[in-house]
Amino acid sequence: MRRVPEKPEKTPGTPSGPTAEGLDAHLVVDRGAFRLDIALTAAPGDVVALLGPNGAGKTTALRALAGLTPLTAGRLRLDGTDLHRTPPASRPVGVVFQDYLLFPHLTALDNVAFGPRCRGAGKAAARALAAEWLERMGLAEHAGTRPRHLSGGQAQRVALARALATHPRLLLLDEPLAALDARTRLEVRAQLRRHLDAFEAVAVLVTHDPLDAMVLADRLVVVEHGLVVQEGTPADIARHPRTDYIARLVGLNLYRGRAEGHTVRLDAGPAVSTTEHLSGPAFVAFPPGAVTLYRDRPTGSSARNVWQCAVAGLETHGDQIRAELAGELPLAADLTTVAAAELDLRPGAPVWAAVKAAQTHAYPA
Amino acid sequence: MTTGRQASRKAHPRTPGRGVPLALLVPALLGLAFLLVPLLALLLRAPWRSLPEQLTSPAVWEALRLSLVCATTATALSLVVGVPLAWLLARADFPGRGLVRALVTLPLVLPPVVGGVALLLALGRNGVVGQWLDAWFGITLPFTTTGVVLAETFVAMPFLVISVEGTLRAADPRYEEAATTLGASRFTAFRRVTLPLIAPGVAAGAVLAWARALGEFGATITFAGNFPGRTQTMPLAVYLALQSDPAAAIALSLVLLAVSVAVLAGLRDRWMRAV
Repeated sequence: MRRVPEKPEKTPGTPSGPTAEGLDAHLVVDRGAFRLDIALTAAPGDVVALLGPNGAGKTTALRALAGLTPLTAGRLRLDGTDLHRTPPASRPVGVVFQDYLLFPHLTALDNVAFGPRCRGAGKAAARALAAEWLERMGLAEHAGTRPRHLSGGQAQRVALARALATHPRLLLLDEPLAALDARTRLEVRAQLRRHLDAFEAVAVLVTHDPLDAMVLADRLVVVEHGLVVQEGTPADIARHPRTDYIARLVGLNLYRGRAEGHTVRLDAGPAVSTTEHLSGPAFVAFPPGAVTLYRDRPTGSSARNVWQCAVAGLETHGDQIRAELAGELPLAADLTTVAAAELDLRPGAPVWAAVKAAQTHAYPA
Repeated sequence: MTTGRQASRKAHPRTPGRGVPLALLVPALLGLAFLLVPLLALLLRAPWRSLPEQLTSPAVWEALRLSLVCATTATALSLVVGVPLAWLLARADFPGRGLVRALVTLPLVLPPVVGGVALLLALGRNGVVGQWLDAWFGITLPFTTTGVVLAETFVAMPFLVISVEGTLRAADPRYEEAATTLGASRFTAFRRVTLPLIAPGVAAGAVLAWARALGEFGATITFAGNFPGRTQTMPLAVYLALQSDPAAAIALSLVLLAVSVAVLAGLRDRWMRAV
């Protein structure tokens, strides 16, 4: 059995789009009031993360790629082959399900051998291939173990081996780390990253955890309400979030407005002074740690951005307190427990919030 | 040992204020007695002394053998067509599914004698289907051992279908999806993934159907008659013996009781503990 799948054969005569190799999809799925409508392209070797809140349509997109949910419209091409009407059993697609769905009555080895067996390999050949995959995942000694006796991390690797054993040209991972506890997660995330790096076809993973997305993927596609709201490298998206959801994920206060020189006049509320010089529609963002709170209006402060607010909520955030403020400008501010006690912060308490222009970041919308 | 017992008694003290109210206790005990006294009477009045003689008579063994063979064949038949039928009801989406399920469960509530009459009208020598079976293949079903099997299957299969369908509904259909993404056809997914997963439910349904088939009386006597060695199963033999030789009837009943207790013992893990 070969260890590395062959490169896909190019089919001459098939019109080649912008990405003849890899994934070229436009997924449209209507489900009652909900409509998923996203375009997704990826080259072989790419790891793309669909990131979004619960109910955004990420899992529907994954199921549509696997053929488990039919497309209402759109297209789905993989390595130049139209998969739109191909039944799921015939698609060169491997899926790692959220809770793995390892067959409980089969050993780890037989779980991994299941795919090759269904795709025509003989029993001995399928088992030999499965043994190879388990060894590569560092699970050789667990070959005879039933899924319920595997740890979460081991089960995840068996699920990955099972999906990869059919040599898919598209690997789909649904919340691959969600079923793990925090400690295992760290380790498994690093392992998964290595396996995805070694995978030479397209990988698409779905997650609501920005850290998972940023560690595992080369490119993020942020999905909200069934639509793509932003797309780019993890670093780019972290620096320039374009929706509230992403801003909260990466821990930034984000506002939209119109820039005139060093000032961004916000759509809802006051103006913010920035160091960047822009004009036209713009976003302005600053981290909660850049906000300083005062009981009374600061006079001697060098901060140009000062707003009157009221405490809407308080919660501990690591070793800090995060204050959600309402008022002129709704924002989140981080402060130490000592500072919070000195300010006597309580829900409803009036405060002044100040941010230095140097700590804001403005970019065109 | 003694200290351990005392400790456990202290851990679960009987609180006097939380006793069972009399208004519930009396009818409960009455109900219990009603269910147990007949069985007790069977044991008390059993002709224990002549029992070995009764049970070794060839007629008893013939009836018992026929009962076991027919009930087992009926169960096998129910499995072969009943499991796919349960899958259809649980997984496939087709118009009128609710009606089909209702029709499948009808034999559960239908008086077995009516079932026997219906079978006669369908498979009897002049029946809707039976006349063709007779004319084309020379097959006659009523008043044969095959007829016994069919009558028992008719009455017992719904138990299996309902049990398996319930297990299928409780089973996670996403395992079938996972199998599909690995290249399995729907039938392969059913055979290699779903069937092993629902095996306990299938086994329980089969035992239930088997027990029902073993005790079947009304449909059998109506459709297959009461011929010793051919269609006279244990329940029929009991009924017949009761009119001529009550001691034999009791002996036969004891055998059926023993079989029932054995079945219940075999199922205790699945039902008695769950309840």
